[in-house]
Amino acid sequence: MVELSIELGSVLLLAFGLKGLAKIRTARSANGLAALALGLAVVGLLLQQGLGGWPWMLLGLGIGGGLGAVLALRVAMTSMPETVALFNGCGGMSSLLVAIGAVQLPTPLNLVGQVSVLVSVLVGSITFSGSLVAMGKLQEWLGTPGWTLRPQRHVVNILMAVACLACCVLVLKGMAVALIPLTVLSLLLGVGLTLPVGGADMPVVISLLNSYSGVAAAAAGFVVGSELLIVAGAMVGAAGLILTQVMCTAMNRSLTSVLFGGALGAGTSEASEAGGREEYTNVTSCSPEECALTLEAAERVIFVPGYGLAVAQAQHSLKELARLLEQHGIEVRYAIHPVAGRMPGHMNVLLAEADVPYDQLVEMDDINPDFPRTDVVIVLGANDVVNPRAKSDPSSPLYGMPVLEVDQARSVFVVKRSLGSGYAGIRNDLFELPQTSMVFGDAKQVLQSLLQELRSLGVGKVPAGAGSTR
Amino acid sequence: MSGHLSGTAALWVLVLGSLLGLELIGKVPPTLHTPLMSGANAISGITLLAALALIGQAPTPGLKLIGAVALGFALFNVVGGFLVTDRMLAMFRRREAN
Repeated sequence: MVELSIELGSVLLLAFGLKGLAKIRTARSANGLAALALGLAVVGLLLQQGLGGWPWMLLGLGIGGGLGAVLALRVAMTSMPETVALFNGCGGMSSLLVAIGAVQLPTPLNLVGQVSVLVSVLVGSITFSGSLVAMGKLQEWLGTPGWTLRPQRHVVNILMAVACLACCVLVLKGMAVALIPLTVLSLLLGVGLTLPVGGADMPVVISLLNSYSGVAAAAAGFVVGSELLIVAGAMVGAAGLILTQVMCTAMNRSLTSVLFGGALGAGTSEASEAGGREEYTNVTSCSPEECALTLEAAERVIFVPGYGLAVAQAQHSLKELARLLEQHGIEVRYAIHPVAGRMPGHMNVLLAEADVPYDQLVEMDDINPDFPRTDVVIVLGANDVVNPRAKSDPSSPLYGMPVLEVDQARSVFVVKRSLGSGYAGIRNDLFELPQTSMVFGDAKQVLQSLLQELRSLGVGKVPAGAGSTR
Repeated sequence: MSGHLSGTAALWVLVLGSLLGLELIGKVPPTLHTPLMSGANAISGITLLAALALIGQAPTPGLKLIGAVALGFALFNVVGGFLVTDRMLAMFRRREAN
């Protein structure tokens, strides 16, 4: 009875935890609640089955839990997406191992158990290898090799999927050995499905794989006969699907085009690489000094941060610059595109790390109407999310993606290392507009020299209180 | 293995659990996409229960080792996932207090 109430309690806590995670105010405590639920579930299970094999449990706890804790506390906020991918892959691996272990138990499995083992192996393997590929791509260890984009890849993937199913049938007929080719094939299938997906779409894939790992957990629940595991796995699987859908909407991509369309703009990348350099003809570049002079005279300034800012670790310099401008009586805000960074919400996390006040971060739909009355926009390491082509050119792969309308502002400075193309590999018309000036350089260095220039102009030496009256 | 669960009952649990998951998350502010994904990911590490059950029932050391490795992977996911989510969310919290 005690075990049952503990199990029920932890299901309830899990549900409330998952729900609370979707609201800013409750998110952190909800996360703790979910962790508590998992802890309770473990206690419940151990009460039920006893502590037999505890040295093995401690071994797993020490090594796995320890490594997880160290990684989680050490990893930089910029590498959050790939970290989530790695954790997710390990969850898939765990389901795979449990299933392989369960078939070797002396108690024979019934049909439901056998099917669950197969699902666990299949989905667990795909989750594992797919997540590792996703991590490799986000870390830029892996690119998108050209051969993976040929249409034949669909044939190969389908053949592998069919072979997986054949192995499943063999296992059900009593040939347990077929589990080995099934594991190998589904690991390969995970790679085959993930490798062609472009880096910009990776967050969606991670979210989908996260949903898969829920499914794998539910299947493992069938294998060991645990309702709690089934409920929790099903919940995460379904919630992951919804989140994947929400993210697709934010990026204006359909799930099918993410999964089967290949890298965004990859088909045109060869052409643009060939003619890329001479394509930009009307680009004006300027020095940080000139930029500082314009800033000093502005009344309203909007920063558009992108992943380049995070890569240069320039969040803190940006915060400093913003504070200086505010002391000078200039209104400063940050425009946050839903997919700024490499994962939706990633930029908010990065700016939060630098202590940027929450109310200065403005979502795209709220800030777009304000661009026409903005004096200066500074784009820092963002590219595709400010590309006006997304609105004007139906042939562009970006067409239809909601963008920040920075081209409406009076003057725009784009801080960028070079004229290279964005993450999606698409030319940006913003750079050639008459009101746009390029400031070439590393985001952090440019911000530092801007700070210097502004200070030498006397900005920030205004008596205290001037900035706080607004 | 624990045997107190019939196949059909388990399917009911699966279906209702999925429906619950679909309902729990409706609108999510983009700010929370990354932390929510990370938190849900940590929860999916609940396969650690299956790994524990495997260790408990395994008759041979070899099988117990498989269970222990599975447990290690699952805990890596769970512990790391919850901590990293907390780190992300802690930042939002601090600013709200200011």
